[in-house]
Amino acid sequence: MRRMSFNNLFLTSMSVFLLITQPNIYAQVDTFEFDNDEQQGRFRQLSNELRCPMCQNTNLSGSTGGVAEDLRREIHRMILEGMSNEEIEQFMFERYGDFIFYRPRLRAETILLWFGPLLFLIIGGFIAYGIFRRANSVDRATVDLDEEQEAKLNELVGK
Amino acid sequence: MSRLKFFIPALCFIALGGLLWRGLYLDTRTLPSMLIDKQMPKFSLETIGGDIVTNEDLPEQIFLLNVWGSYCLPCLVEHPTFMRLSEEGEIPVVGINYKDRNDLAKGWLETNGNPFAYSIEDENGRFGIDLGVYGAPETYLVDSEGVIRYRHVSVLDEKVWQEEFLPAIEELRLESN
Repeated sequence: MRRMSFNNLFLTSMSVFLLITQPNIYAQVDTFEFDNDEQQGRFRQLSNELRCPMCQNTNLSGSTGGVAEDLRREIHRMILEGMSNEEIEQFMFERYGDFIFYRPRLRAETILLWFGPLLFLIIGGFIAYGIFRRANSVDRATVDLDEEQEAKLNELVGK
Repeated sequence: MSRLKFFIPALCFIALGGLLWRGLYLDTRTLPSMLIDKQMPKFSLETIGGDIVTNEDLPEQIFLLNVWGSYCLPCLVEHPTFMRLSEEGEIPVVGINYKDRNDLAKGWLETNGNPFAYSIEDENGRFGIDLGVYGAPETYLVDSEGVIRYRHVSVLDEKVWQEEFLPAIEELRLESN
């Protein structure tokens, strides 16, 4: 009996683990046909990396939304027509803008998004350096103690 | 000076907090249209009545382009506004019947009334993609040259008409004079 419940627990936690680690577990099943595996791989990559415009935080491959379905069909068509990934991304950008990309393009409008964290890191680095240097200079300064302080210090460090 | 320095972290916190607080209330659901100030995409499609229409058939004045579908409840909410606009002759309205079934679309217009000069049939949503449509209802304001000037996503009621469309139309009229 005890053994059973351990098995159940194990199975449950495994399924939860799989749900969390396998983002494509909900991927929509389309019956698109491709000429080769390379095309199919590109299709999977594009529909995983492009965002569904209607549903905020789902990629095209994970969305049941009408427009996501249409966009997957368009990606399939464009791949078969021999368009490159860049051309397909440009097609999407011209219609839906930066929103369609989970990884936004580097443009004037997105520069803060890309380098903001680096900027904060640099500012933080300067502050940390300043604090460290000051602490260091305090450590090295000679401190004169009178007898009473000397005795107290020795007592504190246990000499 | 050193006293002032003491407050710098607090001030930083307040500034950042204020920024993030504002971020909580930003509208992230409404996508800005990429087609503003661009020519309407080329099309040659059937209306739900079966006539072929192209860019040439668009009204040669400022008009509205409304994306609708019989399945779309918000479209029913904004419907009386379009009925009033077309009955009073305020502005021509062209429809795009987006991802709908022809018989259902016709039935919807029969039941509720037809405010559209004509409705372009976009059964598989392909024309919608060229316009950057991501769900009905959406309404575009197009000028007499066929250039898209404004887009409103979701319900266009009398309030939106008064507050967003009338000023935009006024601006277009001043511009062309």
